[in-house]
Amino acid sequence: MKHTLVARVQDQPGVLNRVASLFRRRAFNIESLTVGGSESPEFSRMTIVVDTARAPVHVVAANLRKLVPVVEVSDVTDLPTVTRDLALIRVRCGSGERSEISDLVAIFRGRLVDVGPESVIVEVTGDQEKVDGLVELLRPRGILEMVRTGKVAMVRGISAGNGNGNGHRGQPGQGE
Amino acid sequence: MILTGAQILWECLVREGVDTVFGYPGGAILPAYDAMLDFPVRHVLVRHEQGAAHMADGYARASGKVGVAIATSGPGATNLTTGIATAMLDSIPTVFITGQVPSQVLGTDAFQETDVTGITLPITKHNTLVTDVKDIARSVREAFAIAKNGRPGPVLVDICKDAQQAKAEFEWPEELDLPGLMTTRAPRAGDLEKARELIERAERPLILAGHGVLESGSCEVLRAFVDRTQIPVALTLLGLGGFPPSHPLCLGMMGMHGEAYVNSAIQRADLLLAFGMRFDDRVTGNLKTYAPHSKKVHVEIDPSEIGKNVKVDVQLNADLRAVLEALLPAVAPKRHEAWITEITTGRAETRARDILHQAPEGKLYAAHVINDLWEATEGGAVVVTDVGQHQMWEAQYYRHEKPRTLITSGGLGTMGFALPAAIGAKIARPEAEVWVMAGDGGFQMTSCEMATLRQENLDIKIAVVNNGYLGMVRQWQEFFYDKRYAATPMLSPDFVMLAAAYGIAGHRVTRRAEIAPAVQAARASGQAALFDFRVEKEESVYPMVPAGADLHAMIRRPGKPEEEVPV
Repeated sequence: MKHTLVARVQDQPGVLNRVASLFRRRAFNIESLTVGGSESPEFSRMTIVVDTARAPVHVVAANLRKLVPVVEVSDVTDLPTVTRDLALIRVRCGSGERSEISDLVAIFRGRLVDVGPESVIVEVTGDQEKVDGLVELLRPRGILEMVRTGKVAMVRGISAGNGNGNGHRGQPGQGE
Repeated sequence: MILTGAQILWECLVREGVDTVFGYPGGAILPAYDAMLDFPVRHVLVRHEQGAAHMADGYARASGKVGVAIATSGPGATNLTTGIATAMLDSIPTVFITGQVPSQVLGTDAFQETDVTGITLPITKHNTLVTDVKDIARSVREAFAIAKNGRPGPVLVDICKDAQQAKAEFEWPEELDLPGLMTTRAPRAGDLEKARELIERAERPLILAGHGVLESGSCEVLRAFVDRTQIPVALTLLGLGGFPPSHPLCLGMMGMHGEAYVNSAIQRADLLLAFGMRFDDRVTGNLKTYAPHSKKVHVEIDPSEIGKNVKVDVQLNADLRAVLEALLPAVAPKRHEAWITEITTGRAETRARDILHQAPEGKLYAAHVINDLWEATEGGAVVVTDVGQHQMWEAQYYRHEKPRTLITSGGLGTMGFALPAAIGAKIARPEAEVWVMAGDGGFQMTSCEMATLRQENLDIKIAVVNNGYLGMVRQWQEFFYDKRYAATPMLSPDFVMLAAAYGIAGHRVTRRAEIAPAVQAARASGQAALFDFRVEKEESVYPMVPAGADLHAMIRRPGKPEEEVPV
C-alpha cells in the first residue's frame, strides 16, 4: 500500500541525503519524494510517497522523525488533502496539430508553454490521476521528453491543526 | 573571550563534564591536540583508533556518562567506524571528534581526506561537518544533547583544520536550538490501563527485560514490580545485570543461547511484558512461530522499534521507569504459583545437562573457568567480554547481580571489543575490579591495546579463553556445515610471552584446580595480569536455537536424551 508522508525539516545542508540514506538503509521503498520551501525560511517541506510493503507506515514515519533535522512527520494518507503534481511534457507535434493538442490539453486545464517546429511543451498541474490521464492521451502522439515533480500535499483546512505545516502530531510511531 | 576553534572545542568538552578522552593524534587534528595541553582533560593514547572508539564506549557503559574519542582525518576517522557502529547498535552515548582537512580543500581528495560524515551517516545517531569556527561550540553542545537524549547513541563532529585554527569570540550556547530533538512522552493513561488489565487477567505472564532497564535506571522499580506481581523475568544479553539472578523469579537469559526452559516459557506465555528490548532476531528466532499464545505489551522509548519485528497489543512509547512507576501502584498483588512451578521444573533438567554438573574427566571447560572466576571474584567484577563462544558462556555462567557489570557488544557483535572497552570501563570506575574475557581470536584483533593498558598503568585482569579455534564459527561449521572447518583453526602466539613483552604478568592455566589460586594471587597483586586458559578445543555452546529456527527448536547438549521442549 502507498502512504503519503509530509515532513517538516530544518533547512540544512545534507538533509535530503539523510532522508535518502535512511530509506536506502532500511529498504523502505520511495515512490516519490519532493522537497521545497515552506512558510518559514528555516524549514523545508518534504512530501514522500512510500510503499509500505516492507515496513508498517508508522515505523517508516518514526524512523524519519528520529533524524535530528526532521521536526515533524505526518501521515496524510487518510486525511482530506489537496495534492498536486506538475508535469512538463514535450509532445511530437507538426504545425497542423497544434490547435488539436491545445484543445485536448485545455480540458485538463493545462497549456502549451513552448512551440517548436516539430514539438510543443505541455504544462499540466493536478492530482496524479489527472496528470496520468493526460499523459496517456498524449502518449500515442509521441512523448519525446517528460519531467514530473512528484506529489506535493497539504491537508485541507477543515482538518488541519494549527496551520504550522500539517499541524499533526510531532512524533508518530504508535500506529495512531 | 577570543579563543581558537581548538580551544573552544576543549572549553566545551570540559563544560560538558568530560574528564577523559581516548584518541590518537594526526595532521588534521593537531591544533586540537596542541590546545588540549592547557585543559584539565586526561588523554589516553591508544594504539589503533578502533581501540579509542571501544574505550569511549566502555567508559560510557560502565559509568552512564558520555564517552569521548578523538582522531584525525582519513584513516584515523575510518579506523573509528567499527567502534562507532558498535555504539550505534547498542545505543551507547558517545561523542566522536575527528579532524578534517582545511575547508578550502574539502572535496579535492586532499591528503588524508575522506568523507567522514558521509561514511558515518548510517552508523551515527547524528553527525556534523564543521567548516566555520563559529559553529564549533554549538555543534559540540548539540552532540552531547543528542547522544544522551531518548534512546542514546553515537554522534560525530568532524571539524576542519582551519576552523580549529581560526579565532572567534567564545560563547557557550545556553539554549539548544534543536526543534527536531525527540521528546520523551509521558505514558498515556489509556495505554497504562490496557496494560494493567492484561496483567490482571494473565495467568502465564512473563517479563522480557532488556538494555532499557539499565538505561532508564529502572532496576529497583522493576524489582518492586516483580515482587508485587510475581511475574518471572527473562533477560536479553544486554539486559543482564538489570535484574539479579539471586532473585527466585529471575529466569536468566533468553534467545539463541538462552536456557531451554526460558525460551519454552516465552513460547507458552499468555502475556509478554517487553521492557526496553527490541525483539532482536537473536532473541525471537522465527518470528512466525514466536510466542504464539501471548498478548504483548511493549514499553520502548524509541517509537521506531514498536511494531518493527513483532506485532504488539499495547504499546507504551515512553520512558520505562515512568511506566513502571505508574503501573506499580495500579497493579494488584498476585501469585502465579502453578505457572512458576511449570517453568522452574525445567531448571532441574537443564542442571542435569549442564557441563558443570558432569564428570570433568580431567578436562578444563570454559564453563569451569567462568564459574570459578565468578566464585573467586564473588560475583562482583565488571566483566568486559569479546564476541563468540566465551561471550555466551560468560552470559550463562557469570551471574551479574548489579547493573553495568557486564559490558559486551550485543547488536554488532564486534570481535576485538573486550580489551579496549575494559580500559574505558576501568578508567570510568577505577575502584571496580575489571576483567577482560576474550577468545584467542578476538583478543588478537586489538591485543595491541595492552600497551595502552601498561602506559596508563591500569589494574585490569585479562582472561583469554583459548581453544585454538574461532570457536563460535567452528561450532556453526560443526552443526551446519558438516564439520568442514574452513579457516577456523587458529595458531596464536604464546599469550604469556606476549603479555610479558608488554610488561604484564602472564599465567597459563591448563587444569581446573589451578584456576582459583592463580586468580587469587593475581587479584592480590594489584597489577594487571593475563591468563591463558587452555580449554577444551571442540566444546560448543548449548543450548542453541539455529538462526531463523523456532525458538523452542533448540539443539541440546548431546549425550542426554533429546527431549522436545513442550510448547
